[in-house]
Amino acid sequence: MIETFVVPILKILVLLNAVLVSVTFMTLLERKIIAWVQVRLGPMRVGPHGVLQPIADAVKLLLKEDITPSRADKWVFTLAPIVSMVPALIAFAVIPFDREASFFGYRIPLYIADINVGLLYIVSITSIGIYGIILAGYASNSKFPLLAGLRASAQLVSYEIAVTMMLVSLVVNAGTLSMVGIVEAQLQQGVWYAFLQPVAFVVLFIGGLAETNRAPFDLPEAEQELTGGFHTEYSGMRFALFFLAEYANMIVVSAVATTLFLGGWLRPFPGVEALWLLDYVPGWLWFFLKTFAFIYIFMWIRATLPRYRYDQLMRLGWKVLIPLGIVNLVITATLKVLL
Amino acid sequence: MLEAVVFYTLAAFILGFGVLVVTARNTVHSVLFLVANFLCVAVVFVMLAAEFLAIIQVLVYAGGIVVLYLFVVMLVNLKRPPEAPLDTRRQSRAGFVLAAVLLAELSAILVYTAGRPAPAPVPGPAVAAGTGNTEAVGMLLYTDYLVPFEVASMLLLVAMVGAIILARKDV
Repeated sequence: MIETFVVPILKILVLLNAVLVSVTFMTLLERKIIAWVQVRLGPMRVGPHGVLQPIADAVKLLLKEDITPSRADKWVFTLAPIVSMVPALIAFAVIPFDREASFFGYRIPLYIADINVGLLYIVSITSIGIYGIILAGYASNSKFPLLAGLRASAQLVSYEIAVTMMLVSLVVNAGTLSMVGIVEAQLQQGVWYAFLQPVAFVVLFIGGLAETNRAPFDLPEAEQELTGGFHTEYSGMRFALFFLAEYANMIVVSAVATTLFLGGWLRPFPGVEALWLLDYVPGWLWFFLKTFAFIYIFMWIRATLPRYRYDQLMRLGWKVLIPLGIVNLVITATLKVLL
Repeated sequence: MLEAVVFYTLAAFILGFGVLVVTARNTVHSVLFLVANFLCVAVVFVMLAAEFLAIIQVLVYAGGIVVLYLFVVMLVNLKRPPEAPLDTRRQSRAGFVLAAVLLAELSAILVYTAGRPAPAPVPGPAVAAGTGNTEAVGMLLYTDYLVPFEVASMLLLVAMVGAIILARKDV
């Protein structure tokens, strides 16, 4: 009873709350990092060094008037923010934070589910998240959101192909689709897959930027051309949901990249015995450190790089990343058969 | 018992969404009902312990193909009424005849099978014990069903080449 119902429900509650709280504070982190890059201070007013700014923002957004445009498609308009938020949250179900941890004598695995198609589950769930943006663009009944929605769908569908191609080469290496299994395969082979599959790693990172609509691929919300992009007509909490979904997706992409390429909860150089001292750091801490490094790089890139033009974005996706994916897959498969 | 309840609830949802797909006035709504329908079918696959098929159902149909439908529906202006009004009377008469034929067929099957023992399930191809269904599907595709699989992929390749030739202005 406790094993089958209570523990999983507790885990889900803790995880959802942790994700939502960290997403809220990531907004502050991003503003601070961009401010430091631009030699500013960033938010400083609410609380010491502005640490309470996210709470002030949340209160403001909750109290704001929630406007639905009169000619909008009301049901779909309401559905769109929900559709973009939910996949971002349920993707966490298969991400392993650590092998297991003990609480009050119970040994509990630090993941919600280890299904044997975990990696495919994440790919399919993120492909559902695309609907949020397309539907928001359509339902607003306004030209800028519609253009943004069309851009977003074309962009996401293109980059999904490249990313999936790279994941296939990774699976050829690991021999399993389970997220826990992939980390264990890296332990057995004694190397992080970032070193074994550097091309896949880089392409997955670029594709991750594109699929979360982050700079330099944030064309769906290009302010200069599309006012606010797909969420132009949204206000109040529904607008906030889109932002929370974007940040939650960032965590998902970072956590997935950590699991697949940086060995999840494994310490650096898991094959080198001489670094045994590093084993004293708990696995979940390694996981969080690596994920945080990814999130930091995401924000750093946003502060550094200008946005791509639309044709450049499409050329990069179709003429560079996808052929690269095919070549990488052929080489990986050939080496796997030969060695 | 529980399984039956879940199955019939799902079946009701699948049929309900299916009906909504064809009756919805707004094309985008009908595409959305199609997505809901596909997701329910994926749950049926999960119930049958075919997780791989369930995930592929979501990934390919709900996440891939329908996004392209939506793309097309949003690009093409479907609010414009058709030029010639359709002959709805003849259509509904034809529909009535077809529905009657289908009803006759289904009731014939029901009458024929009533009272007979259910046929023994056809034994599927043997699958080595201890392999997940991802491996099982892969094994079958590349051994027993290799020829149909290759033919299907040729078909997709031809469609792709055809689309590129149609899209190019100067060949």
